[in-house]
Amino acid sequence: MIGLDSLGTVWSEIFDFSDYRQLLPLLKNSIIACVVLGIVGGLIGVFVMMRDMAFAVHGVSELSFAGAAAGLLFGAGVVTGALLGSLTAALLIGVLGARARDRNSVTAVLMPFGLGLGILCLGLYHGRAANKFGLLTGQIVAIDDPQVTSLIVISAVVAVGLVVIWRPLLFASTDADVAAARGVPVGVLSIVFMILLGLAVAVSVQIVGALLVLSLLVTPAAAALRVSSSPVWVPLLSTAFAVVASVGGILLAAGSSIPISPYITSISFAIYLSCRLLSVRRTSHRSPEPAHAT
Amino acid sequence: MSVVLRLERAALGFGARRLWEGLDLEVSSGELIAVLGANGSGKSSLLKVVLGQVPLWSGSATFLGTPVRRGDRRIGYVPQQRLAEDGVPLRGRDLVALGVDGHRWGVPIPSRARRQRVNQLLSSVGAEAYASTPLSSLSGGEQQRLRIAQALAADPRLLLCDEPLLSLDLPHQRLVSDLVDDARRRLDLGVLFVTHDINPILDKVDRVLYIANHRFRIGTPDEVMTTDVLSELFDAPVEVIRHNGRILVAGVPDQDPYHHPEAAVLR
Ligand SMILES: Nc1ncnc2c1ncn2[C@@H]1O[C@H](COP(=O)(O)OP(=O)(O)OP(=O)(O)O)[C@@H](O)[C@H]1O
Ligand SMILES: [Mg+2]
Repeated sequence: MIGLDSLGTVWSEIFDFSDYRQLLPLLKNSIIACVVLGIVGGLIGVFVMMRDMAFAVHGVSELSFAGAAAGLLFGAGVVTGALLGSLTAALLIGVLGARARDRNSVTAVLMPFGLGLGILCLGLYHGRAANKFGLLTGQIVAIDDPQVTSLIVISAVVAVGLVVIWRPLLFASTDADVAAARGVPVGVLSIVFMILLGLAVAVSVQIVGALLVLSLLVTPAAAALRVSSSPVWVPLLSTAFAVVASVGGILLAAGSSIPISPYITSISFAIYLSCRLLSVRRTSHRSPEPAHAT
Repeated sequence: MSVVLRLERAALGFGARRLWEGLDLEVSSGELIAVLGANGSGKSSLLKVVLGQVPLWSGSATFLGTPVRRGDRRIGYVPQQRLAEDGVPLRGRDLVALGVDGHRWGVPIPSRARRQRVNQLLSSVGAEAYASTPLSSLSGGEQQRLRIAQALAADPRLLLCDEPLLSLDLPHQRLVSDLVDDARRRLDLGVLFVTHDINPILDKVDRVLYIANHRFRIGTPDEVMTTDVLSELFDAPVEVIRHNGRILVAGVPDQDPYHHPEAAVLR
């Protein structure tokens, strides 16, 4: 009974849904931000998976954190700092790491540097403490109004940009040699993609925190790829998963005293697990492929 | 028969390293030319020149009367590398569809015409059975078929195949070379077919381009694949044996210890 009791205490420490109704309207902006973030994360995640860039995403987000922390310290603002940091990192990784192997080493070099720089800036900063920690592990409940506006604008730029380059980027990410032979500007596309990725990371860092960006930019797409190989369904599912995770995260976080990120990461992970289980069941139930005549 | 591709006194190399020079080659429509030579002799690089991705040291390369340029869609290309299919949300038919309109901006709009074109291409290589199978679960031979369909999607005048038979078993080698042969007859295509082994395509080849020692020989298989010609080309006693309609080349010297780094990575 003691166990249950303390569980109850922990529960009520974390959750307090008593004035949830009054709370929800105040959250409108944050919910919108989470929807937009989910869409962007779900869409760009498909290409992150195709281009095998999960590690690079992590690296970009550490530099985005450094930028945001510097922005906080020098008063330039978190958004500006995060943007500068992640765009610099994305372009560095894009230009220096055209090949996968180079990319991993460039990322591995940048990542601790970014993290260290960010911690230094936070150490020197004497402002609000919650804000400091939030850059690494996510916000308590999101964000003030001007920040929401900038999040939405940046996300819209990423989403529109992705839609415009969608098909050639898919081609280039599948088979760069053939795409180049077909006149697809493979090199330009990969730089444009890195810029969009940098923007998406900068937005995500402000909500889920630098350490947990992968849960929105990679996990949903990885889950979608488990259950489908259709170029239509994978981005749709991935977007849906990411939106469920981010909006679910904010709804749970609203009634609780913990930052939003553990909710997002848990939902995201649960979706991934379910998709894995589903795909295991599907493949083990599949009848053997018909033999092809040769 | 019109000339599709013309190379004149072409020379190519990288850095200080010369690959070949003095290459005069004409490919006519409907003609299938096998490109042979050791690892690192510059076969893939020749195709890159034709694709406008690598500049010649000297000489000229013209395709349909104008200098070769990047991204000419009238050239179909089946590259040497296998597809990296992990985490790729594509099925067989999607790969072919990329050949149809993958270069266009935006998201693809499904249409009846597009679907029919893809179906037609799939059936032209006999790949209907795995149109909806994820790329990652297709065998090398099946992928190769789809890539040929993809390469044919834009109605090319010239087809460049870089070792399309690599790592295929004998029946699939036969099948893929039949496909290429069928396509060039049907569509009147010029074909450059890079291969290590001429035998799977021996009965289809019009001419052979054999590159070795920075030099080359061009001619029909009967002209080039002889003991005299190859011995002279390699500067070493090479023996060519014809047996049961197959050509066996023995004693090719290890002339070029330098193998290009990618070779080790290829499976
Ligand atoms: N972009 C490049 N820069 C520098 N060297 C290159 C480049 N591309 C190719 N090479 C070199 O040129 C040589 C010929 O390469 P190529 O790929 O054309 O050979 P290949 O005849 O196709 O060989 P294989 O049979 O192994 O495919 C190799 O030594 C390679 O290292
Ligand atoms: Mg080659």
